[in-house]
Amino acid sequence: MLEEFRGDLHIHTCLSPCGDLSMLPTLIIMKAKEKNLDIIGICDHNTTENVAAVQKAGEKEGVSVIGGIEITSQEEAHILAFFRTGAGLENIKNIVYEHLPGINNEVVFGEQVIVDDKDEMLGINERLLIGATTLFLEQIIDIVHNLGGVAIASHIDREAFSIIGQLGFIPSGLKLDGVEVSSLGKLRQLRVTHPEIDNFPIVSFSDAHYLEDIGKKTTSFLLEDTNAEELYKAFKGVEGRKVLSAQ
Amino acid sequence: MKLKEIVDKLELDVKTGSSNLDKEISGGYVSDLLSDVMANSREGDIWITLQIHQNIVAVASLKNLAGIVLVNSRVPENETIKKAEKEGIPILVSNLPAFEVVGKLHRMGIPGTADAGGI
Repeated sequence: MLEEFRGDLHIHTCLSPCGDLSMLPTLIIMKAKEKNLDIIGICDHNTTENVAAVQKAGEKEGVSVIGGIEITSQEEAHILAFFRTGAGLENIKNIVYEHLPGINNEVVFGEQVIVDDKDEMLGINERLLIGATTLFLEQIIDIVHNLGGVAIASHIDREAFSIIGQLGFIPSGLKLDGVEVSSLGKLRQLRVTHPEIDNFPIVSFSDAHYLEDIGKKTTSFLLEDTNAEELYKAFKGVEGRKVLSAQ
Repeated sequence: MKLKEIVDKLELDVKTGSSNLDKEISGGYVSDLLSDVMANSREGDIWITLQIHQNIVAVASLKNLAGIVLVNSRVPENETIKKAEKEGIPILVSNLPAFEVVGKLHRMGIPGTADAGGI
């Protein structure tokens, strides 16, 4: 039976250089429960290395965690991607790493901490995760689709690191599975200036870099269960699964 | 040439780093892609851009740039101002578009990377 589930699918961990160091698996899960979220997504900048830890922490507490990544394109626009399998996540990470030049400077950009499900530190990621890949938007979307994932344009209403901010519009023919709007208050105006956004499901997530922001913006989905396969179907609009309203 | 002279000649609005205007400028770079600035700007460059988010301060600090000129009367975000004050990075605002700002700086004798026999 199809039911409505509420999710915040754009949450960073302590692995993102700009993510607060308290963005640890057990604390993220605790906050998600407190906010009554049915489903959360982990999307660090250009990496997936903390996804499994949060998923494991979530299993213990009955919070469904979808594995994702926020990829920076060559145009410096952010794309969220979600995958249905661990293999998909592993593959996207490897492809992104192959196309991500540079070494992080943690004094300037922040620390990039890899942790386990008990919040214990496993190591430091030395790559320049804040940087841009050499991949173009179209390439990223094709790669994500080939790996069986969905691709959603991040915070298109923001000026920085968004498709509309960097390019001025959403190029026609871009095979996005959705667009994320940060401030729903701006949606009406955005629809006037960029009518192309109505070609896609519109979602809103917190883009939390701090614990207190988790669940501040959410989107409801019509699903049979809270797993990545069901979410995939919702973004593709098949078998009755749907992206409902953003809150 | 010192930053101070540029501020006076181009009538720039000093938003941050007013105590660091004695910095010597060795060249200039213009780009709105941070990855490009990280890869191709040089220490001592003045950077001309329309980007206003806080990552411009991180890039300027990382590359030891002399300062940042925002074009078209762009208003830096609050976080950008806070971070720039903390790091002592001058952010200077011009009401002119990038082409005019760069043209004026070039006429004042500030070299680009190619002029200086660089990349």
